[in-house]
Amino acid sequence: MSAMTDPPKPAFRLSQLIYDTRYRSITIQVVAFALIAYGIWALVSNTIGNLADLGKDFDFGFLGQSAGYDINQMLIPYDNQDTHGRAALVGIANTLLVAVMGCVTALVIGVLAGVARLSKNWVVAKLMAVYVEGFRNIPLLLWILLIHAVVSEALPQPNAFRGADPSASMLLGDSVALTGRGFYFPRIGFTNSLSGTEAVAPREGYTAVASGGMDWLVILGVLAVSLVGIKLIRNRASRIQESTGVRPTTWYTQLGLLIIPTGIVLTVLGATIVTPYLKGFNFTEGMFLRSALVSLWVALSLYTGAFIAETVRAGILSVSKGQSEAAAALGMQPGRTMSLVILPQAMRVIIPPLISQFLNLTKNSSLALAVGYMDVRATLGGITIAQTGRELEGMLLLGAFYLTLSLVISGAMNIYNNSTKLMER
Amino acid sequence: MSDTHAQTVSYVRDTMLPETSPPSSQVGAVRWLRENLFSSVTNALLTLISIYVVYYVISHIGPWMVGGIWDAGSLAECREIRNATLGTDASVACWAVLGDRWHQLLFGFYPSDLYWRPILALIVFGGGIAPIMFDKVPRKTLILSALAPFVCFWLLWGGSIWLPISAALGFVVGYIAYGLISKSLGSLAGMIAAIVLPLIYWLMISGPLYGALHNAAPIGIEFVESRAFGGFMLSVVIGLSAIVLSLPLGILLALARQSDLFIIKTSAVVFIEVIRGVPLIVWLFTAQLLLNYFLPPGTNFDLTLRVIIMVTLFASAYIAEVVRGGLAALPKGQYEGADSLGLSYWQSMQLIVLPQALKISIPGIVNTFIGLFKDTTLVVFIGLADPIGFSNLIRASTDWNGIYWELFIFIGAMFFLFCFSMGRYSLYLENKLQRENR
Repeated sequence: MSAMTDPPKPAFRLSQLIYDTRYRSITIQVVAFALIAYGIWALVSNTIGNLADLGKDFDFGFLGQSAGYDINQMLIPYDNQDTHGRAALVGIANTLLVAVMGCVTALVIGVLAGVARLSKNWVVAKLMAVYVEGFRNIPLLLWILLIHAVVSEALPQPNAFRGADPSASMLLGDSVALTGRGFYFPRIGFTNSLSGTEAVAPREGYTAVASGGMDWLVILGVLAVSLVGIKLIRNRASRIQESTGVRPTTWYTQLGLLIIPTGIVLTVLGATIVTPYLKGFNFTEGMFLRSALVSLWVALSLYTGAFIAETVRAGILSVSKGQSEAAAALGMQPGRTMSLVILPQAMRVIIPPLISQFLNLTKNSSLALAVGYMDVRATLGGITIAQTGRELEGMLLLGAFYLTLSLVISGAMNIYNNSTKLMER
Repeated sequence: MSDTHAQTVSYVRDTMLPETSPPSSQVGAVRWLRENLFSSVTNALLTLISIYVVYYVISHIGPWMVGGIWDAGSLAECREIRNATLGTDASVACWAVLGDRWHQLLFGFYPSDLYWRPILALIVFGGGIAPIMFDKVPRKTLILSALAPFVCFWLLWGGSIWLPISAALGFVVGYIAYGLISKSLGSLAGMIAAIVLPLIYWLMISGPLYGALHNAAPIGIEFVESRAFGGFMLSVVIGLSAIVLSLPLGILLALARQSDLFIIKTSAVVFIEVIRGVPLIVWLFTAQLLLNYFLPPGTNFDLTLRVIIMVTLFASAYIAEVVRGGLAALPKGQYEGADSLGLSYWQSMQLIVLPQALKISIPGIVNTFIGLFKDTTLVVFIGLADPIGFSNLIRASTDWNGIYWELFIFIGAMFFLFCFSMGRYSLYLENKLQRENR
């Protein structure tokens, strides 16, 4: 018996770095890393050199300087003595405002159009096909310009509403005014406001009403508590149904819980509807949506709605017919088939592209440039850069804002995807 | 029993009745209407509302479009003609602006005696792409596809013929190097040589070679600056170059993102997410304002070229995500099957994985291309004169001050034509590549 020995180990040869798959991956990565590092180094050193040549430095101090320009739509208090940083925040708020408004309406339009396109009704289906194809195949910029032209050129100016025999009139019982300058809607004001800002009288001889952020917080808080209560009632009803087989009737308690507490709070705060009215050459009071915001909002919603319609249609078509047939064979009602069988499966297909459509809408809101809406690109990425000459810093911050926004949203989407995906080996 | 029964029957028919046609509500148009449009009250209501909407739109826009005035030199002239023929109340389109300015909307400031060049370039491009798009075209025409980019470049920008030729020679160098070296030293060495040698050629030799050839035989056509490009020509040049360049780049990025190699994967993820996370318009402003900071001092190149590069990078990140979706949708068995056959990484990708993954991702890829083509309109914000830019320029002239809808409709129709046909082609391709029976 000969002694057991290990087989002789071949010495490491340099050619193994290329031909041996165990080492090749390391070689490739080292080379790639060197190339990328060189690229980044070249970029940074070029930038430093170029900045030095121009006599500029890399400094975010401009964010603390006074901005000196006005912004025509503010969700947070701002005036032209405030800093560039605050101006950027105002812009961010405006971007988020149009994005959220657009996402909500685009979702509604998209779901309706997507379902309607699958309708058996030939006229409706074809009409929706025309809508979807028209918006999907024509640039968004063109739609924004077109809708802005409609809103600002075709609608009457506020002074057309003046006089004894005005050429234009307000809609819905003198409460809504659609003008070329913007849309005026009624708003809710509070006569007993908690933190009333700018208390105003809607007409002469009326009680002064204020618009307060505190009031809305209180109302939303009460509403949220009510919703939690409703959820508890439903859970209890489900428990009773599971143990006894009979679901107790709860709709009136639910309805009461929804309406009564909020109603009481609204009455205590003295909520009144403040309608816009003409004063001088313009409307005053009420809620004012600038025409730039309106046209951007409408264009973004219609454009993204067309894409969402296709997503919804694909989602519903992706659920095989056998599923609804099986549900029917189990004796399920069509409504419950939809909510318990089809929609949960369709949702898995619909949600990821839907979220990316919302992201697209948010990024497309930077086309606000075309209508002069003051979003973050216009404040931070436009006027601030032009005034301070800080292109590099400004564009970096602007890019970082959009990047953070989309990373947060797509991170949330990935979590959702992982929780709903089908398990494979 | 039967007897009694027979007696109660007073009449038994002994001949067949002739077939009658079904009731009128069950055939033809009436049945179709009942089933499709008026099957329920809601449905009927929807139908009526839809028909009213269609009627409303057509009755308002139809006469305006059909009655449009084609023969005028300015908007004021249009209005005079309208007042003379239809009265001051009538509202009709003034299509005359298209007759007056079509050349600007289509070609921008490109010299009018050279319009044949972009047209010919488009034809050459079509000829080049035909063998790739339709498999009925003979395979030998693929050589035309390889030449088309250089011919198109030369036709559009003009200048000496030796510039595209000396650039194209780099690819010939790479091809020959790969052929010779991979035979003697193995395919990896061949591939490295095919990358390194052309680079050396382009950096060291192509410049002097171009100079020498140009001095020896100055053959060329009139040079046209990029600044003269405009209108649809600009959109098409940016759009098509970005489409052609972004597809291979996007596929490589998708493969890198699916790779097991950590550094490659991470850098691909960072690149894709950063590009996708920021709107194109911010990238375009970056190209306009910041690119000079990033490049070595003294380099300065054309804005149109910068835009093409930015749009290509932007589109390639989106293509990469679409292709990654296709790669992920492929059953694992396909990857494992390729591995068990002993194929190398590139072989398995080329022969097994990519053909299937790309087939799955065709709709997404074409959608990205359509989006890219539409996004070319954003270049108006950095001062390039695309169709929308020209619509502003035309409106700024005294003749056509105040004209909106006619230009928008024309531009929209042109984009619709391009994008809709791309969408149809993707449907055709999907049907052609469909292997499963449904």
